[in-house]
Amino acid sequence: MAEPIIRFDNIRKSFGTLTVLDGLSFDVMPGEKLALIGPSGSGKTTILRILMTLENISGGHIEVCGEQLYHMQKAGREVPADEAHLHKMRRHIGMVFQHFNLFPHKCVLDNITLAPILTKGEPRAEAEKRGMDLLDMVGLADKARAMPSQLSGGQKQRVAIARALALQPRIMLFDEVTSALDPELVEEVLAVMKRLANETDMTMLLVTHEMGFAHEFADRVLFFDRGHIIEQGPPDRIFTNPSHERTQTFLRKIIAAGHRV
Amino acid sequence: MGDWSGYIGLILQGALVTAQLTVMGTALALVMAFTAGLARLAPFAPLRWLARAYVEFFRGTSIFVQLFWVYFVLPFAGVSLSPLQAGVLALGLNVGAYGAEVVRGAVLSVPRDQFEACIAVNLSRFQRMRHVILPQALPLMLPTFGNNAIELLKGTAVVSLISLSDMTFQAQVVRAQTGSTLIPFATILVLYFAMSLLIGAGMRWLERRVTRGLDGVRT
Repeated sequence: MAEPIIRFDNIRKSFGTLTVLDGLSFDVMPGEKLALIGPSGSGKTTILRILMTLENISGGHIEVCGEQLYHMQKAGREVPADEAHLHKMRRHIGMVFQHFNLFPHKCVLDNITLAPILTKGEPRAEAEKRGMDLLDMVGLADKARAMPSQLSGGQKQRVAIARALALQPRIMLFDEVTSALDPELVEEVLAVMKRLANETDMTMLLVTHEMGFAHEFADRVLFFDRGHIIEQGPPDRIFTNPSHERTQTFLRKIIAAGHRV
Repeated sequence: MGDWSGYIGLILQGALVTAQLTVMGTALALVMAFTAGLARLAPFAPLRWLARAYVEFFRGTSIFVQLFWVYFVLPFAGVSLSPLQAGVLALGLNVGAYGAEVVRGAVLSVPRDQFEACIAVNLSRFQRMRHVILPQALPLMLPTFGNNAIELLKGTAVVSLISLSDMTFQAQVVRAQTGSTLIPFATILVLYFAMSLLIGAGMRWLERRVTRGLDGVRT
C-alpha cells in the first residue's frame, strides 16, 4: 500500500474568532482526483489555500510528499517552518485560482515561462518550448504573444492552468476555477481539466459547484459542512445515493438552482 | 546692453548648478525612496522601524533646517561636505522620504491576488518584487514621482543659503549689482518653469513606456 501524498492531521484554522476548520483529518493517495463540495463557508477553499501556504494553520500537522508542510526539525525539535522550508515544499504543489491571477504585464507565454526560468533555472529556449507545448495542449498556441487583457475569461483560465502545469507539480489545486466564467466559457476549461485528469497521474484537489463535472472528474467526493467532512465516497454513491441528510439537502438545493448532477 | 549678456551668462551658470543639483538630488531621492519604501514592507521588524524613523524625521522637519545641519553641524562630527554635496544630500534625503511613502503605497495597491499567484508559482520574495509587483507598481508611482522631482527642483533654491551659486543665488548677485529686480527674477522664473516642463515631459514619456501592455488592465 502506497503512502498518502497529503495527510491532514487534526487541522485547526481560525480567522480571528471564527473557526473554519476544527480538527480536520483526511488523507489523499498519490494520483487521486478529489472533489471537495459543500455549501459556501464550509472551509473547502481554505483547505486548498492552506495547502498552497497562502494561509497559515492554527493547529495540527500537514504532511505533503512525506514531509511536514508547516513544521520542520531544528536541533532535534519540531519548529514552525521558515520561508526556505515553505519554498522547498511549494515545488510539489500548483494552484489555479477562481480569478485566474495572471500577471497582467506579461504576455501569455511569459506568464508560463517566468517561474520555470526563475525558480528552476530552466534555459529560456527550453522553457519556451515546453510553454508552447502546454499552450498547444490547452488550445491556445496562437495566443502565445497576446496580453492577458486581450483574452476571454475561459482563455485566461486555460493559460492559468498551463502556468501551473509548467512547474510540473505532483499536486494540483483547482479553486472554483469556473465560478468567475460566463456560462458558455465553462465547457472549454472543463474539457482541459478532464484531459488532465485522464492523461496524468497528478494528484488533484478540486473545489467546485459544478456537480456534473465533479461526478465525471473525481475518484472520491468529500462533502463538507462547517469545516467537517460529513460524508465521503465514490461520486456514484455520493451523487445518487447520499447517506447523510445534509448531503441530500445540499444536492437538492444545487439541482434546484439549475446545476446538472 | 553688453553688460546684460554677461549677467545672463551668470544666471545660466547658476542654472547649470540648479540642474546638477536636481539630477543628483533626484537620483539620491530615488535610491532612498525605494530603499526605505521597500524596507517599510520588509518582514524584519527593525528594518521597518528604521525606515519609518527616516521617513517621519525627514518629512517632519524642514529642508532648510536639514540643510543647515548637513552643512554646518556635520563638520563638528568630522564630516565636512562641499556645498554641492551638502545640497544633494539634504535634498535627496528630504524628497526620498516622501518618495518612500509613494513606493510603499504603490506596492500595497497591487492586488493581493498577484502576491498569491507569485506564491503559487513559488517565486522567492525578491523575485516576486522584481518581476511581478514592482513592474505593476511603477506606473502608479510615476505621476507622484514627477511631482516630487519638480518639488525638488524648486527646493534647490534653498541651497543659495549655504553659498552655493545656484540660479536663485546668481539672480540675487545680479540684482545686487544692477539694481534691477525684474530682469534677473523674470529670467529665473522662466528658467525654473522650463525645467519643470522638461521634467513633466520626461515623466509622461516614462509613463507611456512602463504602461505599455498594461492597457485596459489597470491605469
